[in-house]
Amino acid sequence: MKRLFPILCVLTAAFLAYATYRNLAVAPTDALQGDVYRIIYYHVPSAWTAFLLFFINFIASIQYLVIGKPSARSVMKWIVIAVGVLGVIATYLPPIKAQIPAGMEPSAVATTVLMIPAFYFVIGWLFPGQKLDVLAVTAAEVGVVFCTIVLVTGPIWARPVWGIWWATGDIRLTSTLVLWLIYVSYLVLRKFSNSAQTQMLAAALAVFGALDVPLVYLSIWFFRTQHPQPVIGGGGSMDPHMLQTLLLSWMAFLCFAFLVCWSRFHLELLQREVEQAHAMESLAGASASPSMPLSRSTR
Amino acid sequence: MNAVKFLIAAYIATWVIHGFYLTTLVRRFSKARRELRELGKEK
Repeated sequence: MKRLFPILCVLTAAFLAYATYRNLAVAPTDALQGDVYRIIYYHVPSAWTAFLLFFINFIASIQYLVIGKPSARSVMKWIVIAVGVLGVIATYLPPIKAQIPAGMEPSAVATTVLMIPAFYFVIGWLFPGQKLDVLAVTAAEVGVVFCTIVLVTGPIWARPVWGIWWATGDIRLTSTLVLWLIYVSYLVLRKFSNSAQTQMLAAALAVFGALDVPLVYLSIWFFRTQHPQPVIGGGGSMDPHMLQTLLLSWMAFLCFAFLVCWSRFHLELLQREVEQAHAMESLAGASASPSMPLSRSTR
Repeated sequence: MNAVKFLIAAYIATWVIHGFYLTTLVRRFSKARRELRELGKEK
């Protein structure tokens, strides 16, 4: 991977450049908003990427909480399987199906539900032991960067379209800001707490913080909001060329996010190595110190 | 529509944020590598 990394960087840069070219020059202009709507090609993929990263953080945090507790781990494994199976069955039950917002396909809901066990087992297999915590902090930090972009590009887009920078009290906007604040506090906790329990506390905070992600995503269906309805998976009527460009832009952002996460993951491993080396040095210093007074007294 | 300036601002803001974050990553990487090298020398 180390040798492949520069090549992947060049390919991703080219992909991002191509996606930006398509966003600005190839995608058709919106009849109502004009060219300013093209912010969607950065705003929405950034939001989807942030949600995905917070979801990865959530799964890694759950796994980390049950690490070293075989019984809890086994229970969690069966809970996750049950969530996947029962979730898919429930999606197709008529009473539940009737509750699904208009335009949202049950198959899309079932696929989303199935992602929970899929991610749980894949992450547990790829990132054993302490690497789960490294993955959690990586996903949270990069997720915060993408969420920051959502919160910055959103008002820039809202100003010419809505006439205001921020719709105060709007549930979608407020819940996104709360989500950002939760993960910023997660990172602050990790940065400034020196307790041995910090990683566990952060994992618990991440599990509760992740509950805000479905609220952000579903808020536009269940509450009256100024934010527009979703463009895909929710009965949106987006032009196919625009949709294609949007998905291409998201793919480019996903490749970029992967490379950033890869770098951040290795940085965290390196920082832990430094911390370990410092601890070893301190231990060596402490074990050597008893001889110091003795040598002084003999002078 | 004079809204194109908002479009440009949004795109620039996105890459400024990414650029800033990538710069902090590079700085932290070089700091960690330097510290590790120094600790290695002391040993």
